[in-house]
Amino acid sequence: MPKNIILCGVGGQGTILASKLIAAAAMAKDIKIQSAETIGMAQRGGSVFSHLRMGSGPHAPLIGRGKADLIIGFEPAETVRQLPFLKPDGAVVVSSRPVMPVSALIGDTGYPLEEILDYLRHHVQHLTMVDAEQAASDLGSAKVLNVVLLGAAARSGELGLGVDDLRQAVHQKMPEKVHALNDRALNYTSR
Amino acid sequence: MYFIPCAKPGTSFPLRTGHTCEVRFMHREFLMGNEAIALGAIAAGIDLIAGYPGTPSTEVLETVASHNPGDIHVEWSINEKAGMEVAAGAAYCGARAMVTMKQVGLNVAADPLMSLEYVGVEGALVIMVADDPGPISSQTEQDTRTFGMFSKVPVFDPSSVEEAYAMIQEAFAFSHRYHTPVFFRATTRIDHGYQSIDIKDTAEYTPHAKASWQRDPARWVIFPRLSVKNHALIEKRNRDLTEVFSSYPRNAIVPSAGDENCRRGIASHGMNYQYVLDNLSSADDVRLLKVTTPFPFPEELGLQFLKGLDEVLCVEELDPVIERALISLCGKYHLPVRIRGKMTDDIASSGENTPASVGAAIDRFLGRTPNAEAAEAAAPLPALPVRPPVLCAGCPHRASFYAVKEAMKGRKSIFCGDIGCYTLANAMPLDMCDTCLCMGAGITIAQGVGHTDPDTKCFGFVGDSTFFASGITGTINAYYNQADMTLVVLDNATTAMTGHQPHPGTGRTMMGQIVDKVSIENILRGIGLTTVETADPLDHAASVETVRRVAEEPGVKAIIFRSPCVTLTRPKGCSHVKAEQCTGCQRCIRELGCPALILREGKAFIDASQCTGCTLCEQICPVNAIEGGDHNA
Repeated sequence: MPKNIILCGVGGQGTILASKLIAAAAMAKDIKIQSAETIGMAQRGGSVFSHLRMGSGPHAPLIGRGKADLIIGFEPAETVRQLPFLKPDGAVVVSSRPVMPVSALIGDTGYPLEEILDYLRHHVQHLTMVDAEQAASDLGSAKVLNVVLLGAAARSGELGLGVDDLRQAVHQKMPEKVHALNDRALNYTSR
Repeated sequence: MYFIPCAKPGTSFPLRTGHTCEVRFMHREFLMGNEAIALGAIAAGIDLIAGYPGTPSTEVLETVASHNPGDIHVEWSINEKAGMEVAAGAAYCGARAMVTMKQVGLNVAADPLMSLEYVGVEGALVIMVADDPGPISSQTEQDTRTFGMFSKVPVFDPSSVEEAYAMIQEAFAFSHRYHTPVFFRATTRIDHGYQSIDIKDTAEYTPHAKASWQRDPARWVIFPRLSVKNHALIEKRNRDLTEVFSSYPRNAIVPSAGDENCRRGIASHGMNYQYVLDNLSSADDVRLLKVTTPFPFPEELGLQFLKGLDEVLCVEELDPVIERALISLCGKYHLPVRIRGKMTDDIASSGENTPASVGAAIDRFLGRTPNAEAAEAAAPLPALPVRPPVLCAGCPHRASFYAVKEAMKGRKSIFCGDIGCYTLANAMPLDMCDTCLCMGAGITIAQGVGHTDPDTKCFGFVGDSTFFASGITGTINAYYNQADMTLVVLDNATTAMTGHQPHPGTGRTMMGQIVDKVSIENILRGIGLTTVETADPLDHAASVETVRRVAEEPGVKAIIFRSPCVTLTRPKGCSHVKAEQCTGCQRCIRELGCPALILREGKAFIDASQCTGCTLCEQICPVNAIEGGDHNA
């Protein structure tokens, strides 16, 4: 069954690596996959997204509005920005920790965090919110948020891949010394 | 699938049916479009690749370099013109050569290209140009298909990553056969799209062509007599190609289910063709035309497509190239077909198309009811913060601009910017980029302003890679024509914006050699500048003093702010705020706009995951409440 997945966040948060891990897991199961990434200037702290399409049906790597099965959000405001792409009964896995844009810090624009989190709570049927700071302190590393989110995505049932598939991809793509940490990160949301 | 035990990959043998059986051992990889183009070029037996970095083209050359078996010359040339000429020289010798650039880079390479088409090549020359609808990271929305028409150079335009892999190999064969340069242009969604595709094993690659220089001045020296003779040949060849391309299998008509009664058609290209397919179902009675060689336009195929149709929608990005070609066919053959697209406002005349915008255009064209799901999903969103790209935490450019800003406070000044990460200095709160036009233009625009408005202190900012690419001629121009300006070279020892490519100042080449570094100071002194000062921008007080002193001198003078890019060196330092000492004045946040500086409970707070310990905020804090950084760490 084809799956449309969007990863989004802020440049530098690791969305591209996460989408590569999903792709590797799909490739290992011989599932056809294509994706589109934000590369270039926006990587300097701007809004970034990856579209991933699995299965043999779709032609273009970009997902149409209202067609995504799952959004994996690394940042709440960026996740809301991508919500028009989510299908009505789609799933969202999101880190609740905001990344303040410089424009908000110097007072040009605001960042209504509570309003944004409420919007997610009220408009998404299948929502998994991950407390990134808690996860970082529990796991002893802030660098595996992307893998924590991937584990939660697999559990949402909308990724089309299981936690074991992702674990194999992580082991294949990352150095051995980080395997144990990443295994714990993948299982973090199962507790 | 059959197993032939003794067959060798890359060989072929005839079958009794009259077909030829090719022995292939393909394997599957998940590749970026640019990687696929590079691997396709290697498979086509490429001998030399040159280019200049530019989003979204950069990864093609980098991938050839990282997969170089050792017999391919790979170079980042100092600009696109140099790259085009280096590649032409190789192709003159009979080699298969490629040059890569982004669409605005093609403007830099236009001079050699326009003449090169008249001269032709002996081997193959593929000019890979990445177009950027949107534009996502470019100055213009120019269309290389149109440049193909202007320069008379045939254009290949792939519609997927998979097709790009196969088509680049065909483009080399085509260039070799017709002894002409060809364009291979792709757009961002192909260049930076990924797909799992089958690619050839090493044993299946085309062997390198035999190449050596053969002297023939009558062929290689362009004179008016040669030009007029070859011009006629080119025009004839391009007319012939309209027929040749009509039978090129990647140009295709897809009939509708009951095609003999079909009245509507959609013509498209590139990734837009995939958006069209994703927006059609078997219930839609529509004939499709996929155009992968927009110039010379496949006329016969176009006529066959138009036959019996009342209306055609052209779904294109950038220029209405297919639309114009079909209108011209309708005029030439008196066909009563209404051609719709950009020129009828059925497709947006600017910007990038999306699956949704193409879907909406097809809904209108076919009179379909838009689907309710999409309408419902468009519920109003809360006000979201804008998030433009910013200079990284610890970026030395921030310190350089801030030093100039402080030094020139209260003086009427102009800060002419240029192309690179440092264009981001235009954002608040730095607000230090008054003009930006194209590569190298900051230096020369500052001169024009100075000659016109002598009361304004003129600054031209340029990065190290941009200085080598196109800043040197502008500096000589300033010196010769008696300009009064300060040249500020922001030397971060890399080409940062496009992903850290080496350049003549880095002492490294794409062949892995360690070579003599070209010194920016020596170039400037060689031109004749007597004031050439080098400063560490992260030493704020000294930098401000340097700018004040140098800017007061007459004539052309230069400051080189030298400090390496933090994303390359990844400094280990980190500053912290002593909360009890911080008065919450927010000077650091409001002056610097550093993404590591945030406000927490009314006081400055440093995000340790971003801070590099550059100490700029420590140096400007009025109450010394920030400490712990070390910009040499």
